[in-house]
Amino acid sequence: MNALRKNLPLFVTGAILVVLFGTAARLYDGFYSARVIVSLLSDNAFLGVAAVGMTLVIFSGGIDLSVGAVIGFTSIFTATLIVTKGVHPLLAWSLALLLGSALGAGMGALIHWFGIPPFLTTLAGMFFARGLAFWINTESIGVTHPLVEKLTNFDLALGDAVHLPAAALALLAVVLAGYVLAHHTRFGRTLLAVGGSEQSALLMGLPVGRTKIAVYALNGFLAALAGIVASLYTSSGNASAGLGLELDAIAVVVIGGTLLTGGRGHMVGTLLGVLIFGTIQAAILFDGRLSSWWMRIVVGALLLLFILLQRGLVRGMTKRA
Amino acid sequence: MSRSFTRSPVFWPAVGLIALVVLNTAVNPAFLKITLLDGHLFGTPIDILTQGSRTMLLALGMTLVIATGGVDLSVGSVVAIAGAVCALMLQGGHSLALTIVAALAVGGAAGAVNGTLVARIGIQPIVATLILMVAGRGVAQLLAGGQVLIVKHAGFGYLANGFFLTLPVAPLLVGGLFVVTQLVVRRTAIGLFLEAVGDNETASRFAGLAAARVKILAYVFCGACAGLAGVLWAANVGAADANRSGENAELDAIFAVVVGGTALTGGRFVLAGSLLGAVLIQTLTISMYNLGISPAVAPVPKALLIVGVSLLQSDRLRRWLAGLWTRGGKGTA
Amino acid sequence: MPDSALLRLRGVTKRFPGVIALSGVDFSVRAGEVHALLGENGAGKSTLIKVLTGVHPPDAGEFVLDGRPISARSPKEAEAAGISTVYQEVNLIPGLSVAENIALGRQPGRFGFVDWRAVRRHAREALARLEIECDVDAELGSLSVALQQMVAIARALDLRARLLILDEPTASLDEKEVAELFSVMRRLRGEGLGLIFVTHFLDQVYAISDRITVLRNGQLVGEYVTAELPRLKLVGHMLGREVHDEAGRVDVTPVAREAAAPLLEARGLARRGAVHPLDLTLRRGEVTGLAGLLGSGRTETARLLFGIDAADAGEIRVRGDRVSLGAPRDAVRLGLAFCSEDRKIEGILPNLSVRENLILALQAKRGVWRTLARAEQDKLCEHYIAALRIKTPGPETPIRNLSGGNQQKVLLARWLATQPELIILDEPTRGIDVGAKAEIEQLVAKLRADGLAVLLISSEIEEIVRNCSRVLVMRERRLEAEVAADNLTTGRLMRAMAGGHRE
Repeated sequence: MNALRKNLPLFVTGAILVVLFGTAARLYDGFYSARVIVSLLSDNAFLGVAAVGMTLVIFSGGIDLSVGAVIGFTSIFTATLIVTKGVHPLLAWSLALLLGSALGAGMGALIHWFGIPPFLTTLAGMFFARGLAFWINTESIGVTHPLVEKLTNFDLALGDAVHLPAAALALLAVVLAGYVLAHHTRFGRTLLAVGGSEQSALLMGLPVGRTKIAVYALNGFLAALAGIVASLYTSSGNASAGLGLELDAIAVVVIGGTLLTGGRGHMVGTLLGVLIFGTIQAAILFDGRLSSWWMRIVVGALLLLFILLQRGLVRGMTKRA
Repeated sequence: MSRSFTRSPVFWPAVGLIALVVLNTAVNPAFLKITLLDGHLFGTPIDILTQGSRTMLLALGMTLVIATGGVDLSVGSVVAIAGAVCALMLQGGHSLALTIVAALAVGGAAGAVNGTLVARIGIQPIVATLILMVAGRGVAQLLAGGQVLIVKHAGFGYLANGFFLTLPVAPLLVGGLFVVTQLVVRRTAIGLFLEAVGDNETASRFAGLAAARVKILAYVFCGACAGLAGVLWAANVGAADANRSGENAELDAIFAVVVGGTALTGGRFVLAGSLLGAVLIQTLTISMYNLGISPAVAPVPKALLIVGVSLLQSDRLRRWLAGLWTRGGKGTA
Repeated sequence: MPDSALLRLRGVTKRFPGVIALSGVDFSVRAGEVHALLGENGAGKSTLIKVLTGVHPPDAGEFVLDGRPISARSPKEAEAAGISTVYQEVNLIPGLSVAENIALGRQPGRFGFVDWRAVRRHAREALARLEIECDVDAELGSLSVALQQMVAIARALDLRARLLILDEPTASLDEKEVAELFSVMRRLRGEGLGLIFVTHFLDQVYAISDRITVLRNGQLVGEYVTAELPRLKLVGHMLGREVHDEAGRVDVTPVAREAAAPLLEARGLARRGAVHPLDLTLRRGEVTGLAGLLGSGRTETARLLFGIDAADAGEIRVRGDRVSLGAPRDAVRLGLAFCSEDRKIEGILPNLSVRENLILALQAKRGVWRTLARAEQDKLCEHYIAALRIKTPGPETPIRNLSGGNQQKVLLARWLATQPELIILDEPTRGIDVGAKAEIEQLVAKLRADGLAVLLISSEIEEIVRNCSRVLVMRERRLEAEVAADNLTTGRLMRAMAGGHRE
């Protein structure tokens, strides 16, 4: 009973995924195939990577609106370095990851030290990163480099039918790392404690400030990583990459059963959320008659469902207490 | 300079605006020049007001929501929905007046949904309005059938780009609405109730205020403003584009309000400040053209401005600085 | 039992801007005893605890624990020194499991990883030490408050604590839960821990504590052996007056009691966890006192009468008609007014002006459309600023800039402006200076003379005796007694407040 109650949002997420996927598989020939399942992962890899970071930030009771802009910045920044400056991709990517982390740490510091609301701080971060991205180049740049081609063409064969491309592998690796970090390290548990009650966390002697700043830095890192994955996926750099992606990432996290106000949630739910998102997208593509806007409407409806569900659960808790 | 003036909430946005204007005039002496051509006023300041009118309108509604301690992220999506509604009604041969009423009603209904989620169900404003922010644009596309709906209607275009007695219509309309709103909130108890709920909701309830109703009212008004902004958006380009109209509009509106001296934590609000904030944003964008920088980079100074304003309002920074001062002054640790 | 103290504080002083919260307080706790720390509001209990636990650094004083001087600068340092605290509000994370709450911040494991099996094992051991049965994987928020409290104790003890501070741990527990807590406390006392027990319930003090320290107004009143201190004496120490029935007798101005019709009647009014069923009647032209120690249910009763909390049972009649109060708004419309004891959270709108604060309730009563003209507002302000002698630079000054007493007067004016028929004053003179106090008492007398019904809640017995014509005494969330004017002495009141049979 208790375990069910505790993980109810996660079960609901899982059930919705099964129902959605099952319905799509019945309706559309060829939907239930290894190819589609793999593409759910690889087509949504950069969303998923960003969502893992967003999950961690939301665990801590914060929010980060800058991730989409950081993806755009990373995309154009690395492409420019590789193509026009002849910098080795590994170096360019390392620099981008460093810059993403630095921006995140800066925002975390403003949030923690000066008490500026996360919403405003990361809104500024979003403007800043997107502006810089367009400053570098407003045009899209195609990226060609032997290493880039190698990575784009790489896939890991699991038997005959299943080939996991690099993007899917990156997503799975990041989700795994995020899962271990969130659920099996002190840092991850401190995040949830801070999100549950910052006051209590302070009185318990937990390193609240350090943790808050670190989680924004980590999210900046993951947003930059998502930018790299995105530019590999399209083999190009584009300043407008990831436009509005922060919303999708937040939606995926909430649909994954994580409480948007912090302190409660599960990393596995975020992966399921990404898969739900991908399934809806794939089903709309398969159908051919359904229009793309149903995506937003369904995601909005799922958001409403989960927010009301969480609200009900939290109310139930406080009433009992 | 008198103390009360520097303390006025519109002081900093005014300083910012003046600085921008001085900078622009230094680069381009004709920046402030206004000419009368064919009985219409032309010039950069007129452009700023015309192009900025939509953000001003959104900032007007947003100010009241922020005064109650909330925020409305869905206004951009509501702009798109209202634009689609407008286009469909005009294409269907309805009158302009009925079309505007419909857009206002749609916006108000969206606000009622937001307000109910916040005030009755108790969901945090950012979270509650996020739902409509995500779904709203889909609804707009659904209404428009995924098309950019072209509207050919003389009166409609006049709303956004016409002139009335040599003056541009859109800023006149929005300015008029500002004046009316200012009069209504300050001459009736509405302003007091909004500020009371934002300043201390518990105490307001204990004093007999219907706090939930006050909040819902603010969201409904904000939604209606977004509905009207949707009309202006569609009128400006003669088409309703469910994807692009109102894009990032909520962020600009929130930005205008915060820069204008109304704190995100709620309480005291300054409508004139929000108006000034919206003008400041538009001036910033136009300055980019003027200074030969790609307007795409405009977000960077915006970002710096937000951080600057937030730091000015940060109690912790003030205390920290005060601490430095006393420590430095006394020379002890 | 060794006589040497486990913890000894000497001359502890703590100043806050404008207040001396503690002045030269000595305090000691022995190993293997439960030491009750008592005092009314503002006595300095919570400051003393915060100084002990490193939340506030003291301005002066020495601390010795186990013979070694200590100076904790943070809760973490205090815990490391062996001082652990369990607060009234459970300061744990409701969304995490019991085991995790016990382990947070010191989880076993290597390289930053958490060894969950060890976390669970430690939690089970810690709970077993207290003989608590509880699923360590359960989410903390799903447990009863009592169990959460036990988990908090388990967490505190896990630190090899020498001294455990329990800050009002029983405030939201029922009798059975209190008994369970006491058995845990006795076990810990048997293990040689020192326990500091802060509570408002005197029955509990006599049930569990070995010694008592009483503070009042930031000063030490005395240290007593519980078994040797009669209950009435204890109440006297807490309230700061000796009990002499005859000498304590105060003349009460006779009140016109020509069978004034009851303005408000409550029958069987109750709310679970707040107030046991009670009956009361409030009449026009009468100041009714509501006395009782802190936590006795006075404020909770007022909240029911004003529609802030919903009653589970019973009925309220106003002017003979049965009413349902769903929100304060309903009460205001019926002509009720309520000045809350918590000025900051439930009273003032800090950033709004004196004028806006003053007219708020009247304007709310009238509704948005019948707006008070600015001239009327100014007239009201002028009237009340003069009538109540509110010291303010002007009506447009933000109320946060006023002193506590003047803020309180503005809040009184807020309610008087609505021309109420019943006004409930909850601790109207708390935290304000003597002059303002006297003025507020004069005002209460005037209101009664004007024919209002007044319900005066106060912790100050003398204030009650001076101002009230009839006093209802609450104890442990029940209406304990009603004392009429002709019998009104401080002694009687204190005896009723103290309760029990140890007179």
